[in-house]
Amino acid sequence: METILLQLLNGLDKGSAYALIALGLTLIFGTLGVVNFAHGALFMIGAFCAVTLSRLLNLSFETVDPTRTDFLGNPLKVKTPYVEAWFGPDFGHALIDWSVPLAILFSIPIMIAVGFIMERGLIKHFYKRPHADQILVTFGLAIVLQEVIKYVYGANPISTPAPDAFKGSFDFGALLGFDPNLIIYPYWRLIYFGFAAVVIGAVFSFLQFTTFGMVVRAGMADRETVGLLGINIDRRFTLMFGLAAAVAGMAGVMYAPILSPNYHMGMDFLVLSFVVVVVGGMGSLPGAVAAGFLLGILESFASMNWIKDIIPGIDQIIIYVVAIVILLTRPRGLMGRKGVMEE
Amino acid sequence: MKKNILGLNPKDTKFLLIVVFLTLFTPILLQPFAAGSELAQFNGGYPDLMQKIAIFGIFAVGFNILFGLTGYLSFGHAAFLGIGSYAAVWMFKLLTMNVIPGILLAMVVSGLFAAAIGYVSLRRSGIYFSILTLAFAQMCYKMAYSVLTPLTNGETGLQLTLNDPRILDGAQQGSSLPVTNIFGLAMNSSYKVEALGRVFTFNVGFYFCAVIAILAFYVAIRLFRSPFGMMLRAVKSNQQRMTYTGLDPKPYTLAAFVISGMYAGLAGGLLAAMDPLAGADRMLWTASGEVVIMTILGGAGTLMGPVLGAGVIKYLENIFSKINEGVLHDWFSFLPDGVEDVVIWVFARFTGEGWHLTLGVTFMLVVTFLPGGLIEGLKRLASRIRNGSQKRDKYDDPDPEHRPDPGKRVAGE
Repeated sequence: METILLQLLNGLDKGSAYALIALGLTLIFGTLGVVNFAHGALFMIGAFCAVTLSRLLNLSFETVDPTRTDFLGNPLKVKTPYVEAWFGPDFGHALIDWSVPLAILFSIPIMIAVGFIMERGLIKHFYKRPHADQILVTFGLAIVLQEVIKYVYGANPISTPAPDAFKGSFDFGALLGFDPNLIIYPYWRLIYFGFAAVVIGAVFSFLQFTTFGMVVRAGMADRETVGLLGINIDRRFTLMFGLAAAVAGMAGVMYAPILSPNYHMGMDFLVLSFVVVVVGGMGSLPGAVAAGFLLGILESFASMNWIKDIIPGIDQIIIYVVAIVILLTRPRGLMGRKGVMEE
Repeated sequence: MKKNILGLNPKDTKFLLIVVFLTLFTPILLQPFAAGSELAQFNGGYPDLMQKIAIFGIFAVGFNILFGLTGYLSFGHAAFLGIGSYAAVWMFKLLTMNVIPGILLAMVVSGLFAAAIGYVSLRRSGIYFSILTLAFAQMCYKMAYSVLTPLTNGETGLQLTLNDPRILDGAQQGSSLPVTNIFGLAMNSSYKVEALGRVFTFNVGFYFCAVIAILAFYVAIRLFRSPFGMMLRAVKSNQQRMTYTGLDPKPYTLAAFVISGMYAGLAGGLLAAMDPLAGADRMLWTASGEVVIMTILGGAGTLMGPVLGAGVIKYLENIFSKINEGVLHDWFSFLPDGVEDVVIWVFARFTGEGWHLTLGVTFMLVVTFLPGGLIEGLKRLASRIRNGSQKRDKYDDPDPEHRPDPGKRVAGE
């Protein structure tokens, strides 16, 4: 029982990341009809937003402290981050400590801008081209973005810690009446899951309960008719692209403490996210979210030792196996709509 | 009717002859500048590079049989390349260092894999097909790294060792690893010829690859012109209508998939024959992306396109990776200092380590502005020169739906 619970929890954070990326992919696909291979790169850019902010906050100047000496007897040089000098040591230190959550605020305008530029500058020209062309051009774009990040930040992973307050682990088992220390779970992963749930909830309620969202949903169902009603659907879809980029970016920001950002993390997640989208059903938002969590949890269950003993290596390939089985038995995916991407 | 040589019409014969000429004279053609001269860095005449061009040419030609003719975009073709390599290295380990059995086994094994993967993947089309093939390739890659370690030697990669059985080669002599050979002629041996003040290296491995590449290209021409090729084009243009005519597209696409998988296996086997080790990296999905890039860059659906694309990409990769800031300083030393630094900074981003950036940018530009690839670009250029001032030609159709299929154009002209 406790192992099952533990694996369930372990699957949640990865599942959250899959679900967030897949949500953005599906949003782009459902609105603009574009298969975006550069979406993983957006996730990566988000993670590097966190890196950038933490570096910015850590910018510091050196002062000589004559009262203290280092081990050679010279006066000690003290590095003081500018923020600590400006806002006082306590608040400044807290700012640095909380750089990852703060990076969310920092990343949203950046990601929306990146998404906007991408859509207006490149993807706009590919609406009427075949899907193969869309895949190829966004694949090229993904390579370019990846190389730019590699040039700016180097090829090594950059560790970006979570705030100190969330460093420890939460004893989940004690809460449910199991023995202590049986089911422990890092706080940050719990927060990641909560954050993902909030973002997903926000996106859904935005689409469901606002007039803007209603128009967008109408446009997803029948773009032409909405256009005929005198609504500038293209502009709204562009905004949705920005929103999808922001979702991917936020997913990346929050993932930075879990996986130190490196330049190829986007590609790694992208392949899996595509599988998630296909399993969930092309163009179905709830499908993408459900499949994201489902696959994340399945992956974590498959990495349990006794399962690995029965089928060695299953943890590595379970997602692909599930994807293949689902595509062959339910061609439209778990919750795919009729008439989407059908030849 | 004119009598056709080798079952080809005169135009295709011309094509084949061009390819034969290009491949057989590559050691000379890739060495256009004298060794000591300023431009020597543009020489690509290493046996290594030439072999790669020939091998990836085969890979791309095979991929084109699937993508160019049927329109099915496979994103997992590198899996077959990797499988071919593993099969060939096992043959070298167990049976003999002669490359022929290894390459044959590579083709057979990857053909079997292609049949299995194709049978499943081809039930879906469009983006689903791409993702299914991608999933299968990733699965092969992950399995090669984990479960199949006894077969693939995991991260280290499969290598030859001194105590491999090699039944046909008899007892091991000496303490060094044997080299791959064809009936005794070692693959890595080469003959140097000095002429016109330059040294031309003729490498056995390259010529072996070249001959196979020519054979592969010949088979591809025959396939393109056959009724079977016509069926594959029908699959691309309208599957539904094909079904209404009473033809089942499935066996044709599956056959195309298997054939192109075998081409990939052949390429993988040759890679192993040139350098007898095989790693899982060859199956990574970026490797699959690379063959797609080659095919698109040259021109999908055309005969020459993939060969051209493979050549251009491998050549540029080699040249671009070699150019470092020092070389750039030499080039731009005539500029004023400030400008020079800026220009060098910009160029340095695209050369050396930045080769992938160049690749990505090229790829985006080609897909955006020249969906037919270099072949289409050359054709447009030719027709523009022929038509003189006439600005628009018949291929400048703004509506992509009515853009003629590049494959058909080659056939018709």
